[in-house]
Amino acid sequence: MAKDGRGAPVGRRVMLGVLGLGVLGAATGSYVQNSYDNLLAQISSRDPTGVTGLLPGGGGFRFYSVSESIPHRSDQDYKLTVDGLVDRPGSYSLADLHAMPSTRLVRDVQCVTGWRVPHYAWTGVKLSDLLDKAGVQPGAKALRFTCFDGVYTESLTLDQARRPDMLAAYRMDDKPVTAAHGGPVRLYAAPMYFYKSAKWLSGITVTDHVEPGYWEHYGYDVDAWVGKSNGRDDDPTS
Amino acid sequence: MTRLPDRAGGGTGTGAGSGAGTGSGTGPGGAVRGTVGAAASASASASAAASSSEDGVPPDLLRRFTTAERWVHRASAALMGVAIVTAAFLYLPALAELVGRRRLLVIVHEWSGVLLPLPLLAGLASKAFRADLDRLNRFATYDWRWLSRAVRRVPGPRVSGKFNAGQKLYASFMAGAVLVMLGTGIVMWFPYLTPLVWRTGSTFVHDWLAIFIGVLVIGHIGMAVRDPDARRALRTGFADRRWARREHPLWEKENPPPGE
Repeated sequence: MAKDGRGAPVGRRVMLGVLGLGVLGAATGSYVQNSYDNLLAQISSRDPTGVTGLLPGGGGFRFYSVSESIPHRSDQDYKLTVDGLVDRPGSYSLADLHAMPSTRLVRDVQCVTGWRVPHYAWTGVKLSDLLDKAGVQPGAKALRFTCFDGVYTESLTLDQARRPDMLAAYRMDDKPVTAAHGGPVRLYAAPMYFYKSAKWLSGITVTDHVEPGYWEHYGYDVDAWVGKSNGRDDDPTS
Repeated sequence: MTRLPDRAGGGTGTGAGSGAGTGSGTGPGGAVRGTVGAAASASASASAAASSSEDGVPPDLLRRFTTAERWVHRASAALMGVAIVTAAFLYLPALAELVGRRRLLVIVHEWSGVLLPLPLLAGLASKAFRADLDRLNRFATYDWRWLSRAVRRVPGPRVSGKFNAGQKLYASFMAGAVLVMLGTGIVMWFPYLTPLVWRTGSTFVHDWLAIFIGVLVIGHIGMAVRDPDARRALRTGFADRRWARREHPLWEKENPPPGE
């Protein structure tokens, strides 16, 4: 009778084989992912079921939130406060923001975890317009953004915030920003990794120094230029 | 309730709640468990004089796993479960929107993954566990036959030792997969350790292998759901002899009932 524990060590070979394939995949996955992304983009554009959205790298946005649930604020209740080192602190309703000159940008969105959404339309009020309205005092160096999820924060230097591609955005893809995407109003920092574009924007405080935001306390770069930070070399988005 | 005596091998605390939950069974499993208890008390009272079998195991039962082995399985299953559930909540948009708390989920996921190999490494202290690893490692001729019959879905009994070829493949694949997930996970955890190509590649491997592992684990649990005897062996350490004769005939022959 054949006894257990004899025969070829197939188990070890399987284990080492999986390990080898894993290393090979990690070495070549970057190239495979690129061609796969292109293929998947073509398929998912014609996929009515949305199943392709569940596959790795399945295009579109991924939902990331550090708070415990999606905070909801109606268009009527929404307020954006601007305070700190400004001459005229104030708060803006959604209607107030709609009444201000709007800017529409079409840019790629790049997440620091790797996913990218191409050619996406953003509409909102330039931060520089809000700053001019409030009157920035001398000695101001930076902006601190707070969110009505009560957890997330972000920051920009004053020079970064004055760029024409930094928005308080109320439209994504030419539709109102949904609650899951950070509506009614979110930050849109076009040239930076997407963690800069804080959802559920509720406050802008002008400060005399940069206070690092939520993820920046956990090692993300404060100056989050796409392609020039966080050890990544993605194509710039703006 | 009365417990069967544990074999001394293994080293981790004997007597730790392996009997938990055995009393609550309903249906066919419950009946079988009842006989375990009865047999156990019978053998406990008779063992001193009769020594019906080594360790006082009643003749209709076979010692399948030691306490140490069962805890290796439990701890690994718990960690794997936590890793899979947190992964689902990080990865699937519908679930992510439900709970948010991304940073907390990431921390729990990272640590469950890093700790996942530890139960197995601790198990290496157990002689019985090492012996079973050796059985899982080796493929005999009957394993290849088992595999070909399983693939071709040939009906009827298939010959196997203590573990069948499917279990052997599952165990060895998982061993490799856990190591790959660990390596690629650490690359993503500490982004400054490696250049971007490796990080993208690791994310690619981690994502796809995760789906594969998820499917395999669901299959693994599905088989356990359909096999109360196998579950009982992992819960109590003992297998029914008739089940062993049917599912693992060569192993049953290794351990003949006393008096034969």
